[in-house]
Amino acid sequence: MTATLTPRPPATRRAERGGFLRTLHAEWTKFRTVRGWVLAMAGALLVTIVVGLLGTAAPAPGGRGADSASYPEGPGGEAVNDSFYFVHKTLTGEGTLTVPLRSLAGVVDAGTGKTAQGAQPWAKAGIIVKESLTQGSPYAAVMATGGHGVRMQYDYTHDTAGPSGQVSQESPRWLRLVRSGDSLTGSTSTDGSHWTKVGSAQLPGLARTVRAGLFATSPEAKQDTAAGTGFSPAVATGTFDRPVLTGGWSQGAWSGTQVGGDAGTSGSYTNTTKGGFTQTDGGGFTVTGAGDIAPVVGGPVMGVGFSVENFLVGTFAGLIVVIAVGTVFITGEYRRGLLRTTVAATPPRGRVLGAKALVAGGVACAIGLVAAAITIPIGEHSARGRGFHVFPVTSATDVRVMVGTGLLCVAAAVLALGVGALLRRSGAAVALVIASIVLPFLLATSGVLPPGASEWLLRVTPAAGFAIQQTLPRYAQVLSVYEPSTGYYPLAPWAGLAVLCGYAALAFGLAVVRLRGRDV
Amino acid sequence: MSVLSGARLTSTANGAWRGDFGRALRAEWTKLRTAGEMGRLLLLAVGLTVAVGGGTAKAVKCPDAGCGQDAVKLALTGVTVGQAVIAVFAVLAVSGEYGTGMIHTTLTAVPNRITVLTTKATVLTTVILASGTAAVLASLLVGRSILPGNGFTEAHGYAPLSLADGPTLRAAVGSVLYLVLIALLGLGVATAVREAATAIGIVLGLLYLFPVVTQVVNDPEWQRHLQQISPMTAGLAVQATVHLHELPIGPWAGLGVLAAWAAAALLVGSLLLHRRDA
Repeated sequence: MTATLTPRPPATRRAERGGFLRTLHAEWTKFRTVRGWVLAMAGALLVTIVVGLLGTAAPAPGGRGADSASYPEGPGGEAVNDSFYFVHKTLTGEGTLTVPLRSLAGVVDAGTGKTAQGAQPWAKAGIIVKESLTQGSPYAAVMATGGHGVRMQYDYTHDTAGPSGQVSQESPRWLRLVRSGDSLTGSTSTDGSHWTKVGSAQLPGLARTVRAGLFATSPEAKQDTAAGTGFSPAVATGTFDRPVLTGGWSQGAWSGTQVGGDAGTSGSYTNTTKGGFTQTDGGGFTVTGAGDIAPVVGGPVMGVGFSVENFLVGTFAGLIVVIAVGTVFITGEYRRGLLRTTVAATPPRGRVLGAKALVAGGVACAIGLVAAAITIPIGEHSARGRGFHVFPVTSATDVRVMVGTGLLCVAAAVLALGVGALLRRSGAAVALVIASIVLPFLLATSGVLPPGASEWLLRVTPAAGFAIQQTLPRYAQVLSVYEPSTGYYPLAPWAGLAVLCGYAALAFGLAVVRLRGRDV
Repeated sequence: MSVLSGARLTSTANGAWRGDFGRALRAEWTKLRTAGEMGRLLLLAVGLTVAVGGGTAKAVKCPDAGCGQDAVKLALTGVTVGQAVIAVFAVLAVSGEYGTGMIHTTLTAVPNRITVLTTKATVLTTVILASGTAAVLASLLVGRSILPGNGFTEAHGYAPLSLADGPTLRAAVGSVLYLVLIALLGLGVATAVREAATAIGIVLGLLYLFPVVTQVVNDPEWQRHLQQISPMTAGLAVQATVHLHELPIGPWAGLGVLAAWAAAALLVGSLLLHRRDA
């Protein structure tokens, strides 16, 4: 402090910069030498890690082993469901499969032994070319769906819409898939002679010898009731006429395989129907399957598992401490009268607040970043060891979540500092900031409010910032519950953080204006 | 306060306790009443409770019979927000004195520290009982006028909210007691840690962290246990009027859990207050 009390040199531009550095140094000294704050910040780091790890420490239900603890991964490293009934031959080199699909039917378990008829909107039946029978291997498929017309899909995340309309005995669909090198092209026709191209896929590095044939699968049926959303077992049955093959197909009979062994996390067979196929007299096939060939998303269809943000639940605990310290960093000066000394030493008041924000924000950033970098790998490792699925993310996402957690702490600290400077009372300021960040989150995710109101809360309140930790993807071709209660924020990660930063900037700006305008 | 210290000089060790307590009570009431923001904080607590309850009642629809909603709990949702202000109020009743140094005067005037804490708790309880009752009754009234418009009608199995209904009365009385216990929890924590920011951080952390952590816990048993010991989740079980068998803990037992937290905080607070220098 003594250094900052020496008279300022004449205000040249260089001295201005030196002045800010001195202010920064003074603020850093103030922060560093209050033992309570340093201990509190160390505590913030600790509780973020401990709460995160304890919160996710429960044993896996059913005591499953570590072997079952991962989703199949698709070619892009994403978690996928790859469960369907596959009637296949091997195809070497180029080849074409053409088949008429006569019908796509389905059965849903309606509970208590009753069943309902009808194919699910995303029940699928058609032609698939797949590198191997291993889950997660590259594929391309052209298919009819229960409610979304003909589609061309490949490598789990890609989905191209073709002609709409439902398949029935009266209006069958001809499907055709052509392999030529790495390129696969899907076409459809309503009469077997006039063809429409649905889409094409490039599968670089696809093996020369692949499995190809007919498939059927159905995700679970999503049922919305007033009491909430439920999912029930569902199966799909595709009825094909005789397939026509050209190219390098293997001789011999067709074989049937349930890819993945069971229906995966997003599908399940009903009590009465199992997967399988029958060959009709005319050389056609009836294929029955359940499951899905699609990326895994959050919500009930994710099964028993954790996503990366689950391990960061301790951020709430850490934030509460960061907010308290950030507030007291300024209100403490008001209480003890230190602020008079501070502004006597550094008359530009914006500079004082700026230096304080930099110090508090820097420390908060370090806490968030380090806590996330420690918690995520440990949490993932231990969850996998106990038999939980852990939703895989790319390393870019991992970095985004870690950096984002740091920035979340920065924004909260600056918000707390700004509100503290505005209110000058630590109690009210701390409560206001904590409540404005944590309460909307709680109200939005507890399921009390309808989804619309929850999403609105997470758009306009500082709680929007938690979107930066979200890692669960959403796909139009996978039905789930994309709501705050299942971990889906209405705003994109950086947009959500921007909302919180906006609040922090607003509070900080108002604080600078107010501090300039009033006596200390 | 000068009146009080004057009175102490003439009072004897025995027999004068009653008068002392009355005076200390009056002193605490005066301090609470005249400290600038206390009235505004209480108004804010009542206003927020009613506004959030009304907003929730406005947002939630009941499209058909058996929508499974708890109309009383919906109308009283604001308690989850109002409690934050009540907690601040209680914390400031103690921390404010430490902040200004008033505590030295208080302890000089009333050297028996347990008496100080008891009178503070008594005054706080009375004040929160009054404002909590106002907040809860207003919330129910607002809910009563809004909810039928959202499908909470007789046809869908919802009678208008009324205190004549046993569970509704229990939820209303329970919510008021809940707010009182939150205030006592705040009082205990603030007495123990003195600093306002720390005390509020601890109280709000205790209240809000449990529900946040519960959401990521995968194991239903663990989830249930967490809800049973969480001061907020267990305490607010007293608001439930439907699906009582699905609650992690019974309504009154839940309130008892919060009471245990408050008692523990007060015990720690009084021990520390008793042992250390102001």
